[in-house]
Amino acid sequence: MATLDPADLHAVWLTLKLASVTTCLLLLIATPLAWWLAHSRKWYKGPVAAVVALPLVLPPTVLGFYLLLLMGPHGAVGELTTALGLGRLPFTFYGLVIGSVFFSMPFAVQPIQNAFEAIGRRPLEVAATLRAGAWDRFVSVALPLARPGFLTAIILAFAHTVGEFGVVLMLGGNIPGETRVLSVAIYSHVEAMEYGAAHFLAGGMVLFSFVVLLGLYLAGGKLSKVTR
Amino acid sequence: MKSFKLSPWSLMGALLATMAQAANAGEVNAAVAANFTEPVKQIVELFQKESGHTVKLSFGSSGKFTSQIKEGAPFDVLLAADEKNPKMLEQEGLAVEGSRFVYALGKLVLWSAQPGYVDDKGTVLGKGSYNKLAIADPKLAPYGFAAQETLQKLELWDKVQSKLVTGESITQAYQFAATGNAELAFIALSQITKDGKVTEGSWWIVPAHMYSPIKQSAVQLTAAKDKAAAQAFLAFLKGEKAVAIIRSFGYELP
Repeated sequence: MATLDPADLHAVWLTLKLASVTTCLLLLIATPLAWWLAHSRKWYKGPVAAVVALPLVLPPTVLGFYLLLLMGPHGAVGELTTALGLGRLPFTFYGLVIGSVFFSMPFAVQPIQNAFEAIGRRPLEVAATLRAGAWDRFVSVALPLARPGFLTAIILAFAHTVGEFGVVLMLGGNIPGETRVLSVAIYSHVEAMEYGAAHFLAGGMVLFSFVVLLGLYLAGGKLSKVTR
Repeated sequence: MKSFKLSPWSLMGALLATMAQAANAGEVNAAVAANFTEPVKQIVELFQKESGHTVKLSFGSSGKFTSQIKEGAPFDVLLAADEKNPKMLEQEGLAVEGSRFVYALGKLVLWSAQPGYVDDKGTVLGKGSYNKLAIADPKLAPYGFAAQETLQKLELWDKVQSKLVTGESITQAYQFAATGNAELAFIALSQITKDGKVTEGSWWIVPAHMYSPIKQSAVQLTAAKDKAAAQAFLAFLKGEKAVAIIRSFGYELP
């Protein structure tokens, strides 16, 4: 029986940290974006929606490769971060966070957008006739009604970041405690033919993913009953 | 207009003809270590022209190919970056006994994309003026292990730990350095050699006594034991023309 060595434990912790930070950031970014996508009638709504959905289609290596170039010393982002005194992002935890935010963006935006669209204009218009201001309408009407969408977005963004591999492999440099997340650790174990350790982590990952998805479906069923 | 009708017999005939051709001009599925990508492409081009056989190339890490071959991957020959993996396949009866030979001795090089950054003695390593040093995973890649040995010999291994970034293969180590994200990388000389010359960046060819020899070995796999094309390809790899190409990429031969 293989046991979890400290390095692997570190990878588990790092993965959870990455997924949590990414999910929080995504909620902050995705909520206004989803609101805009749900309500805007601007001509460039289509292109923006397409850009948000791009990571669904692109292989993670494409995203990882461009991020590596962009955040490198000759890339626009890299020059900016160096000028700001932040140093360079590849091979750092925050580099991975940025990669993950892009990579999981559609998983956060789309459920929230769908939820906002499902509410429609009517409840907001009713609230407006009751003299609720724009911010009040958003906080007291739209957000509570869109709760199932938010829950789905949180779970999907978190789970998708946990399951991420290509982007972190390209950007990470496999540094223990900094960028060696679970999926990369599993990959290294498999490559080195340490199947025992690989099974331990990979099996745990399957179990975790199943529980998350099961929770999602159960919660989804319950919540849709509540809102109906 | 009269339509041309394809009879079952003519179809069968066409099929048989193709099969007969295939028996003469065989197809070789070759699994090749990533560092040998460019040379093997040139060798295959010559081989195909001379023999009429075709070679389908897959590139990756020797360890990954070995695991895949154990699980029945349909390769005929393996051109590994080390000696360990082909030996293991031989011991497990998955490679034809006696078919293993060293086709190239790998050369380790310290490289930077910036011209003038690496001096010809590699003293830049000890100066610590760089942010990141990229190597291939020593556990997975022979060139990664050679890099570790070199750093240990220089008594710098502990000192560079905080600057080390690890790629899954030397291809990735090269990528980290080529994009400028790492100032330095230990890679294979073949990766930066074209037509016998290194043209980009600056480099230090690590003296051979600083790491154990990287014996890049080839084997014929048992599944392709009777495949004439596979044998012909390995024979060609040992031949004069192939050796000239191999040398032009900076490899040595035993």
